[in-house]
Amino acid sequence: MADVTYREALRRALDDELDRDESVFLMGEEIGRFEGSYKVTAGLWDKYGPTRVRETPISEEGFVGAGIGAAMMGLRPVVEVMTINFILVAMDQVINHAAKIRYMFGGSVGVPMVIRAPGGAGAQLTAQHSQSLEGWFAGCPGLKVVAPATPADAYGMLKTAIRDDDPVLFCENLVMYNVTGSIPDDPGFTVPFGRAQVIREGTDLTLVAHSYAVQRALRVADRLAQDGIAAEVVDLRSLRPLDVDTVAESVRKTNRVVVAEEGWSTFGVGAELAARISHVCFDDLDAPVERVGSAEVPMPYSKPLERAALPLESKIEAAARNLLVECGVL
Amino acid sequence: MGSPAETDLAVGLDAATARRLFKQMALIRRFEERTEEQYTRARIGGYCHLAIGEEASSVGAIDALAAGDCLFASYRDHATALAVGSPAAAVMAELFGKETGVAHGRGGSMHLLDVERRFFGGWGIVGAHLPIAAGAALALDQTGRPNAVLCQFGDGAVATGAFHEAMNLAAVWHLPIVFHVINNLYGMGTSVEQSSAEPELWKRAAAYRMHGERVDGNDVLAVREAAGRLLELARHDHQPALLETITYRYRGHSVADAGKAYRTKEEIQSWRERDPITRFGLLISERGLVSAAEIETVWQEVASEVSEAIDQALAAAPPPRESLYDHVYGDPATGEQFSRMRAGAPFGERGEEASWPT
Repeated sequence: MADVTYREALRRALDDELDRDESVFLMGEEIGRFEGSYKVTAGLWDKYGPTRVRETPISEEGFVGAGIGAAMMGLRPVVEVMTINFILVAMDQVINHAAKIRYMFGGSVGVPMVIRAPGGAGAQLTAQHSQSLEGWFAGCPGLKVVAPATPADAYGMLKTAIRDDDPVLFCENLVMYNVTGSIPDDPGFTVPFGRAQVIREGTDLTLVAHSYAVQRALRVADRLAQDGIAAEVVDLRSLRPLDVDTVAESVRKTNRVVVAEEGWSTFGVGAELAARISHVCFDDLDAPVERVGSAEVPMPYSKPLERAALPLESKIEAAARNLLVECGVL
Repeated sequence: MGSPAETDLAVGLDAATARRLFKQMALIRRFEERTEEQYTRARIGGYCHLAIGEEASSVGAIDALAAGDCLFASYRDHATALAVGSPAAAVMAELFGKETGVAHGRGGSMHLLDVERRFFGGWGIVGAHLPIAAGAALALDQTGRPNAVLCQFGDGAVATGAFHEAMNLAAVWHLPIVFHVINNLYGMGTSVEQSSAEPELWKRAAAYRMHGERVDGNDVLAVREAAGRLLELARHDHQPALLETITYRYRGHSVADAGKAYRTKEEIQSWRERDPITRFGLLISERGLVSAAEIETVWQEVASEVSEAIDQALAAAPPPRESLYDHVYGDPATGEQFSRMRAGAPFGERGEEASWPT
């Protein structure tokens, strides 16, 4: 086990898979000589050359589509869109094509493609570069959507994504690239999809999150612990397929739940979870499911306003405390 | 009769090839006419786009494909499937939404395919399959195959951003692909002159330093010669190209469009006088390649084939209801994960789906 950054975990996963399987190749803007906008592909162009680490023009619809075509032919492209915000110009390729092909063609051809999409907010990148759109995609049959929150999961789940026979949207969060953690030295290590993880155990309430919101939830749990409150943190890891079992098991134990995400709450990941939880844990709940997301505004530039819009630890903690007060625990 | 160029192309044409090309075009014509009739009898649903009048453009180009080449097409794809050799019965069964259809009743008219014959669809979003076809060419290139992609689309696709992005990628990456615009002069009811700043669509190739060429799309031999030559350049020299074939659809955009609001009777009639099948039939009979009597036999053969296809499609079963969720994902384990979220399952809505009325 070695301590590495989330960024390095992703880079190692790409390196392992490029080395393991000739049919794997990378495609995206600035991923070669420039080593990726966020340096995730550092060194890979030198090691594997311009064919397997293919630099593209600024043509998201074009190269996401090209990834689909190459995948239909049996290759395993890992397409990087520089940020999830830019996937919007390729939305037709993702939703209307990648997600539909296997079914629409009666199962005779699939799309074993990964789209890596960094997202999230907090660096004053403003409205057009600060979104967490994964919930939009997680509602679409035919896609798989994952959003790991730790270096180990980033490593193991990217490898799983590349080996998967269907299109996977792999959501990263820019703020997480420098988060460190240990990853196994085993190139065979993978993390399965559709399995949430109880990342911290507790009995008083459940905090459910994915991606960077998990890191926030862990810090909130630390703060609550100072008041003797034991919060359980469930890291969803995978949004589609969604592991409701693990969430429900936790809610049955704690009877209280807050769902935190960096996207907007309305029609968001928390909305989906609230519906599922209310259905299967109706009699276990001491209070309605609480949601925390970004303020429903286009992300502002000004630092104080940006902080006001983000689902910071303080907001998640306040939501948790309010819930506990309502339930008579605090 | 045809131009001198057309006459030249017939030199060296053998009887078997002449008969094959004629038969494919005749099969498409008869298939499409009977499809229209079946649609009016409500045996076919959804959108249904007929290619009557465009047979030479489809057959000429597809006949130029070599083993291992890949084919992509728009939603006007019945002709594509038949030209590539998919059995008429399986194509008709797909239109009827039957399990025996080429996409097992999941795709319908717009999403035909035949992976065995390397026909990869049948796509419903105008222009959007061009980048996908470019990706297929990329895969051929990366895996060192000596093959090319033929990507067919209508004139409407040329106005999309996807057209530009695909053409540019193909050119900068030197992909083995021939983009084939089947220009039938109208995207739905909008003429090429209305929608394209450069109505000579083949000239768009120049912007990508790509070879562009326009031929008579109602001349099966001219289309075949041009497509063959350009596919060869794509295969061996990795030179992508844009081929434009000018043709005409006698019917409307789809069966829901009479096709008369935006075209004059005289215009339609003038194109009927250039009918690709009649014209090729005259040529090959005059050249003594296929006799008039033999041509009549071909028409009878294709009529029987289509009738038989309809009978088989009628008799076939629809996909079983319990197969509704098949093929959303390839991995059975994934299917199990999602099945737990359906109605009646532990984390789904109340009630069993099987009890819902259809």
